[in-house]
Amino acid sequence: MARVIGDVILDLQNISLSFGGVKALTNISFDVREGEIRAIIGPNGAGKSSMLNVINGVYHPQQGRIVFRGQERRRMNPHEAAAQGIARTFQNIALFKGMTVLDNIMTGRNLMMRRNFLWNALYWGPTRREEIAHRRRVEEIIDFLEIQNIRKTPVGRLPYGLQKRVELARALAAEPSLLLLDEPMAGMNVEEKQDMCRFILDVNEQLGTTIVLIEHDMGVVMDISDRVVVLDYGRKIGDGPPDEVRNDPVVIEAYLGGAAH
Amino acid sequence: MIYREAGQFKASYEEDQQIFPIKQDRIVMAALVVAAFFVAPFVASEYWLQAVLTPVLVFALAALGLNILTGYAGQLSLGTGAFMAVGAYATYNFLLRLDGLPFLAGLVLGGLSAAAVGVVFGLPSLRIKGFYLAMATLAAQFFIVWALTKFPWFSNYSSSGIISAQRIEILGFAFDTPARKYLLTLAIVSLLALAAKNLARTNTGRSWMAVRDMDVAAEVIGIPLMKTKLLAFAVSSFYCGIAGGLYAYTYLGTVEPDGFGLDLSFKILFMIIIGGMGSVLGAFLGAAFILLLPVGLNVLMHTSVGVLVPATLASNLELIVFGVLIVFFLIVEPHGLTRLWQIGKEKLRLWPFPH
Ligand SMILES: Nc1ncnc2c1ncn2[C@@H]1O[C@H](COP(=O)(O)OP(=O)(O)OP(=O)(O)O)[C@@H](O)[C@H]1O
Ligand SMILES: [Mg+2]
Repeated sequence: MARVIGDVILDLQNISLSFGGVKALTNISFDVREGEIRAIIGPNGAGKSSMLNVINGVYHPQQGRIVFRGQERRRMNPHEAAAQGIARTFQNIALFKGMTVLDNIMTGRNLMMRRNFLWNALYWGPTRREEIAHRRRVEEIIDFLEIQNIRKTPVGRLPYGLQKRVELARALAAEPSLLLLDEPMAGMNVEEKQDMCRFILDVNEQLGTTIVLIEHDMGVVMDISDRVVVLDYGRKIGDGPPDEVRNDPVVIEAYLGGAAH
Repeated sequence: MIYREAGQFKASYEEDQQIFPIKQDRIVMAALVVAAFFVAPFVASEYWLQAVLTPVLVFALAALGLNILTGYAGQLSLGTGAFMAVGAYATYNFLLRLDGLPFLAGLVLGGLSAAAVGVVFGLPSLRIKGFYLAMATLAAQFFIVWALTKFPWFSNYSSSGIISAQRIEILGFAFDTPARKYLLTLAIVSLLALAAKNLARTNTGRSWMAVRDMDVAAEVIGIPLMKTKLLAFAVSSFYCGIAGGLYAYTYLGTVEPDGFGLDLSFKILFMIIIGGMGSVLGAFLGAAFILLLPVGLNVLMHTSVGVLVPATLASNLELIVFGVLIVFFLIVEPHGLTRLWQIGKEKLRLWPFPH
């Protein structure tokens, strides 16, 4: 399927966020178009993760507006963001450590599960059908991410790279239209990074999922993203296609020159 | 028969989603159920039925209730005894005041009352966690026992809040012997254990565990924290309430508010620590272990070393063994006997070639 970049689906306008005296984000605006891979880069502490947290409502900005799919809001809340089709992964893996890989991924589908606890206590009948229908979809994701052999393993026992993959699987299980990835390749070796890149591109191309991605590896960012936002000390200092951003003197000075990763 | 998983390929997700996907497990379970229903009532003495098997089942149910809240949903509670008290006293009052109310309806209403009280005392969990939440449930523990003693209406104006269970009759059939009471308890506990297992393996249980393991991530994938926590309090307290009802009606017959004190809450907490957090089997193993330990120690001392152990030491021995076990499980094996059992099974599965 050929990639189609559509209209703006997420528009962030003049977002400011501070924690006590610390200004994490100052007057930041940028948009995300349907079907694109949008990267956010910047040095440590630039406010990248805070930006993702604002998008899906974990943090509430003091100023600014968020327009998602034409609906304007002062702030998101996490539950609403999930219900609207926004899924994400975290910088410090946030899996459910005591549960198996399969159960972790199944939780990603909780919003689509309609049976209440009374049906579930009974199990037979509607709940069983529902569980099996969702299990089938989850197995497709497991196949897609090539994690068949660990599906019954408690995630706490998995190596870091695989945990990152399971977290992506859990996010995909929600069938999101907007996927937020916070450093999905951090701490991985070259081979794992290549796999992850391939998965991200496949998700974007085959499912048409819009992706906002934070990544430190500049090679990866330049390779896979359509447009890049550059943050530095909570301010936006660059925005555009990778080539343009790479050659922007301000960006080179603040980021590439200063702390080349 | 050899314990093997190999060769049992799951042809469908239906098969893989079963409670016991391995055939040998199913056989053992079926044998246990048959023995409990059809053998025990006939071969066990009245003493064993009344003083050992019935209380093991009642306590297992209470431990299951606590395990839903603490083991699955991760909300620490010290109020188990109080929720049992609500179940017992509410059942008593419903049966007393609603003429002709069937026993089982009274029991269920008792459980629902406990669920309602559990939700009220669970409200702080929306704001506080861990130690502080434990303090809030401790408040429930003291408040409820106090209220049941303070307001004589609850015990129909008997002295010091004692209630005596009414006769149990279901569809004209009286449950008046130890064997019958045991069977009634067994039937109710089995049903509720099955329901708990079903909750645990479906969306409800996964949501509880998700909230337990990482609440921010749970919220971000759309699990409503408030609803999920309160549901855990409700279901957990319902189980404890039913356990309280059975405690009064099929086990003791006569109970008083002080019998549902903090001691009882701790006893049940120890059961899930020893049996295994977040496991249905663990509730049963823990209850059986803690109730049978004194019996076992007693027998041991009378038969082998009886002469050597002074009486004072003997009575303390039980406490010492408890203490050591709790510390052992807390530090070494937080998943309790259930985990030890699984490790044993894994070894058996590989036997005789461990590599
Ligand atoms: N919950 C919080 N409470 C207080 N300060 C916070 C919080 N979250 C972020 N900050 C602060 O906001 C600033 C931006 O942090 P953020 O995590 O967004 O940076 P980042 O660009 O993701 O950095 P990194 O590359 O290290 O992940 C930092 O100064 C950080 O200390
Ligand atoms: Mg970050």
